[in-house]
Amino acid sequence: MLLTSKKKINQAEEEMMNVPRGSWAEIWYELKRNRRAMFGLFFILFLTLTAIFADQIAPYGMREQNLSNALQFPNATHWLGTDDLGRDILSRMIYGTRVSLTVGVSAVAVSLITGGILGVVAGYYKGWIDTLIMRFCDILLSIPSILLAIAIVASLGSSLRNLIIAIGISNIPVFARIIRSGVISVKEQEFIEASQALGANDIRIIFKHILPNILSPIIVQSSMGIATAILSAVGLGFIGLGLEASIAEWGTMLNAGRGYIRTHYYLTLYPGLLIMLTVLSFNLLGDGLRDAIDPKMRER
Amino acid sequence: MFRYIVKRILWLIPILLGVSFIVFTIMYLSPGDPVTMILGEGASEEAYQALRTEMGFDQSFIVQFLNYVRGVVFEFDLGRSYVSNRVVLDEILVRLPNTIRLASWSILFATLIGIPLGVISATRPYSKVDNVVMFISLVGVSMPTFWQALLLIILFTSTLGWLPASGFTSWQQMIMPVFALATSSMGTIARITRSSMMDVLDQDYIRTSEAKGVSDRRVIFQHALRNALIPVVTVIGLQFGALLGGAVLTETIFSINGLGTMMVNAIRTRDTMVVQGGVLFIAFIFTLVNLCVDILYAYIDPRIRSQYD
Repeated sequence: MLLTSKKKINQAEEEMMNVPRGSWAEIWYELKRNRRAMFGLFFILFLTLTAIFADQIAPYGMREQNLSNALQFPNATHWLGTDDLGRDILSRMIYGTRVSLTVGVSAVAVSLITGGILGVVAGYYKGWIDTLIMRFCDILLSIPSILLAIAIVASLGSSLRNLIIAIGISNIPVFARIIRSGVISVKEQEFIEASQALGANDIRIIFKHILPNILSPIIVQSSMGIATAILSAVGLGFIGLGLEASIAEWGTMLNAGRGYIRTHYYLTLYPGLLIMLTVLSFNLLGDGLRDAIDPKMRER
Repeated sequence: MFRYIVKRILWLIPILLGVSFIVFTIMYLSPGDPVTMILGEGASEEAYQALRTEMGFDQSFIVQFLNYVRGVVFEFDLGRSYVSNRVVLDEILVRLPNTIRLASWSILFATLIGIPLGVISATRPYSKVDNVVMFISLVGVSMPTFWQALLLIILFTSTLGWLPASGFTSWQQMIMPVFALATSSMGTIARITRSSMMDVLDQDYIRTSEAKGVSDRRVIFQHALRNALIPVVTVIGLQFGALLGGAVLTETIFSINGLGTMMVNAIRTRDTMVVQGGVLFIAFIFTLVNLCVDILYAYIDPRIRSQYD
């Protein structure tokens, strides 16, 4: 490090790196040909836009009650009917995309960042710290994730932040394990040894050489992780651990519709359908990305 | 093999201690005051302090935790409910059979349908059948369990009137809860069987068997499936944990008196001891199931066994 300038290390490393960087253009090309993955991607984009422009799209307000219109079946003014307080189901479904997408993406961010740090440290330094971190993950994995999330929310109280933390924490071990095994497999390769020999420090090696090479499994897991996080969130909402009742959230809506299940099926049907399509889209995209990234799948 | 089993059983101790610590810490953070809950708002200061000391709440966090663990380990004591004052372990044991029955039937159902679906897909990769089966599996994975349960009730109870929507004694009562809970695991098992099977079918020894004229059926069931099942077994073990968690939601919908219903009610009444005992107990069962799976795994796969001999 003292004798060689940073620029020189850079050049030397570039020359040594014969390992191809996963070409994103190629992955995108493969993904585009996968109709199911593209359906997933477009539906996610559609939901994102819906969440952003909910105020403009929704025909009624999120909290707009009209008791004289309570429990109306789907009709021309209320396309998907109204609930027991006369609130428009379609509008509440539209506003609900905000909560679900926020929780899904933020919870995965929590799991990814925490799990990522743990996984990189464990895989890169090995030894006792690896054992310690992995045993911690074993312990967390011994508690079924939805139960862990239930316990955390039940204890901390239900708010958007606690929901994100609860679901995020319960998925930390999944990300830690994937990232750890990725780090280990890349670290064994020669180009890492080469840059170590050239005097690059750990931080540089981790961020410049290891992480870019394990991005693909992380992206795939993130997409599927969002799907599971959304499922956990609606599950919590359904057993009454969601947000306060006035905020539109899909799980809470299903819980409210449960009391009318024999007479007003639509209260249950439509929000659930939207949950399923959302989760399915993230899963389809995750599957598609995995197939597009994995060259073994591509040959077939 | 014996050494492996002993090692795995010894590993249980730190794992279970860790689980207890995490669950205890989470519940410790809950803001409610159990002493006020038990005595009610109007209790005198002396009575309050007396019960607080008796229950050990005046002690430090770590002492409270150690007392709790000592109770669990040496006296099988998970404490008493703050609401009903009944022994938590008794409450759990009364309801345990229902939850175990629900989870076991579901995992059985999921395995018996999931593995054949995966094999059918893997042997006809990228065909129409494969696409349909895999799409259905993915839909199964993507559906919230409780929503599916509600749809089943709408169809079979409200509309057709064929099946009862509550209880868990007769087989008619069991169909809907088991099916609803099993769907997601079924999808997961089918997906993992397919990919594992496709990996195995790509191997040289399969090509060799085909080349020397072994029938397709024999290649698939005798040579490929046996090896392909190894990762599937692990997933089934992990799915059992997911099922125990999913049972929480399913039980409340079908009014099944199991651990899930108990815990959801306990959460509503802020009965921390019951929630804590319930989570801990389910984690214990899940850990034991995974231990069995790992031993089974080592038994099936000599490569793993050899690491420990």
